[in-house]
This record gives sequence, C-alpha cells and structure tokens, in this order.
Amino acid sequence: MAIKIHAKKLNFYYGAHQALFDNSLEIEANRITAVIGPSGCGKSTHLRIYNRIFELYRDQRVEGELLIDGKNVLAPKVDVLELRRKIGMIFQKPTPFPMSVFDNVAYPLKLHFKLSKTKIADRVEQALRGASLWDEVKDKLKASGLALSGGQQQRLCIARAIAAEPEILLMDEPTSAIDPVATLKIEELMLELKKKFTVMIVTHNMQQAARISDYTAFFFQGYIIEFGETEQIFTNPQKTKTEEYITGRFG
Amino acid sequence: MKAHFIQAHTILKEMIAEIAAKAEQAVQSAVDAVDKNNVAAATRVIANDAKIDEAEIKIEEECLKILALHQPVASDLRQVITILKVNNEIERVGDLAVNIAERVADMALYQERKIEKFDFRDMVNKAKAMLKQALDAMTYHDVAIAMEVIRSDDEVDIIHRNNYGKTRDMILRYPDEAQYYMDCLTVSRCLERIADSATNICEDVIYQENGHIVRHQHSVKSDASQ
Repeated sequence: MAIKIHAKKLNFYYGAHQALFDNSLEIEANRITAVIGPSGCGKSTHLRIYNRIFELYRDQRVEGELLIDGKNVLAPKVDVLELRRKIGMIFQKPTPFPMSVFDNVAYPLKLHFKLSKTKIADRVEQALRGASLWDEVKDKLKASGLALSGGQQQRLCIARAIAAEPEILLMDEPTSAIDPVATLKIEELMLELKKKFTVMIVTHNMQQAARISDYTAFFFQGYIIEFGETEQIFTNPQKTKTEEYITGRFG
Repeated sequence: MKAHFIQAHTILKEMIAEIAAKAEQAVQSAVDAVDKNNVAAATRVIANDAKIDEAEIKIEEECLKILALHQPVASDLRQVITILKVNNEIERVGDLAVNIAERVADMALYQERKIEKFDFRDMVNKAKAMLKQALDAMTYHDVAIAMEVIRSDDEVDIIHRNNYGKTRDMILRYPDEAQYYMDCLTVSRCLERIADSATNICEDVIYQENGHIVRHQHSVKSDASQ
C-alpha cells in the first residue's frame, strides 16, 4: 500500500491551549479515511493542519511533522499556495463564490494555471462532470452559483476543488447541511473521487463513515484513540472508548 | 437513540430466553417420552413445536427491525447477530425434539418385548447439560462456559459413534427387532445434533463476546481442552 499522508506526532495549540496531542496517522493513497469523534475532539483541527489553513489565524501553531509523499509540508519553505492546490477542502456549508457556475470552477484554474479560454472551458466541464454536476448545470453555466440547490452547491464546491487537480481532498462534514438524497449523491461521488484522490472526511454521521470509508480514525479529546480498517472499527473495535462512542454510550 | 436500542434489545433478550426455555422443555419431554414409552406426551411435544416455530419468526422479525431501525455497530451489532443465529439453532433443537418424539409411538410397540434396550441416560444428560450451559453462556456473556461446552461435544460424538456400532450389532443379532434399533439410532443422532447445536450456539457466543469467528477452527477444541 502507498502511504500518501504520514502525520507524525502532531501537537496543535490555540494560543496556550493544546488541542491535539501526539497525533500520528498513516493515510493510504486512493482510499477514503473517515475521521469520527464527539464535537470538540480535534477532528477539524487535525484536518486544518494538512493544508496549513490554520496559519490564517493568529496564535495557532503546530508541532510535529506532516509528510505528504514523504516531504514535510510543515517546513518553513513550503509553497503554501501550491500546497493548497494539492489539498482541496470542502466544508460543511457549501461555499460557492458569488459568481456564475462557470466562473466558480474556472477560478482555481485561472489562479493556478495559465490556460487558454478553450482549455479552461474544457477543464470546467471535466471538473463538473467529475463532481456529477454537469448534466444538471450545463444549460445554466452563466447562472449564479448561489442559485443552485444546497446539494448542487456542495457538488459545485467539489468541482471547484477538483478543477485545481489536487491529490488530496479534505471534506469537513460535507453532507451535514444537505438532504438525504443530495447526501447519497455525494457519497456515490466519493467512490468515484477516491479513484483519483486520497480522501479524508470528517463526519458526525457514523453510518456514513461505515458506509463509505475504507479506514476510520476515532478522535477523543485531542488524541487519536483508534485507527484501523472501517470494517474492524465498526464490528470489533479494540478500544473501549471507541466502542462506547460508536455504540452511542457517550458523545 | 441508545435508550431506544436498549429497550428493543431487552425485549429481544426476553424473547430468546423464552424460546430457549420452550426448546429445552421440548427436549426434556421428548426424552422422557422415550424413557416411559409415553405416546401421549410425545404427541404433545410434536404439537407444541408450532409455538417454537412461531416464536422463531417473531424473534427474526424483531432482529431485522432492530438492524433496520437502530443500525447497531460493534458489540451491539454482534449481540443482535448472535441472537439471530442462536434463534435458528434453538428452533432446530425444537425440531430435533420432535424427531425424537416421532419415534416414541413406534418404539412403544416394543415395550413388552424382551429385547436389549438402549440406555440413553448418559447421552441425554450430557446433551441437555450442553444446551443449558450454551444458553447460560449467551445470557451471562461467559466465554469460559462456551469453551467448556465446545470441548464436551466430542464426548457426545463418541457416545453416538458407539451407539451406531451397537445398533449394527443388535440388528445382526435380532433382525426381527431391526425397526426398534433404527428408532434408537435416530434418537441417538438427534441427541448428537442437539449437542452440535449447543456447540454452534457457543461459537456464536464467542463471536458475540470477542468478535472472533471460531467456526470450523479445529484449534478451538484443543484450546478449549487446555
């Protein structure tokens, strides 16, 4: 198996408050890894280290190493813009830009690549197809991205993320704000996405984690309590805390 | 969510305890009927099996309902799956009791004949004890008892093998009484299968408790005998 991401003893601080403790993980390429745990356990904080998005805020710092394809991306000289191209992120609430459907997807292309108009149009279509949205929006590419339904907006954000040709997709509760039908579409889409990308998904929906992921990491109070194959975690967890959480005895 | 699951699971445990008691009673009544040549008692065992069948369906429906509505995971999932499987085994034990009872009318015809009778007491006691222990292991989540039962299965198998040899000898010696000895062999085979069911239940209990599927693993018996 190819290891895409290797987190080594990550410790994270919000000012003086330590939020993550010695988080170590090895994430396999082209697999979906679910991150589960109660609110405030550090799931999103952990993911936010990967693309160094936390650096946009003052007083937040990380210790440890995060190797992507063997290179420590937390090192000072890393090109953060390039890192964020490589690591796309999808958030809980769809975040389309206030511009047309087409321009939403073209935006990262213009930002990261120098392409002709025809090439951009091709790549926009490709990304929209990749996000299973093309058939629904091909006749309204000039309409505002904000005019789409919640589920479509989320897929638009996925299209925007994959247009930049990332290698890793981080999804932070991508379906918690959309209805079950739209959720199912995104879950089906994820199976396609993992053929091209390494996917990590934070979810509060245990059934979702069980359904779609290959691996599951259980976080609790900033620690990674258990990490393993999803099937094993959900049928025979090795740690009492995991068992208690996934069976609903706490959290 | 959890409270609803616990409530549904508690009801399920009561249902499985009830069907288990019925099956144990059926085995007891069937072997008593053989012992006393009591055709009326045997007929009652056969008639009562419908209640066990009905209970089996209800439990299965309840398990499916819990799986669909609560989507249990980890030990909760293993407990529901174990009940689903044990339910099947118990229903089968009920059928085996019926198979024993069905022989009684025929065997009673030989009541007055001066022939060598089979003594099933040891086998009956062992098979019944295994079944009871298996159900206890499930109720009390006791892997040690489960392992003990799996080990004792060999003893019942040996008795059945001996009964097979004995049947063959008796038929050769008393060909006119062949039907009686065939009935005895049927009873012996049913008792041996009841012990097998107890063993299967115990294998399910081990899965319930530690998540390991130990079926078809010869090492389990040797582990159990250590």
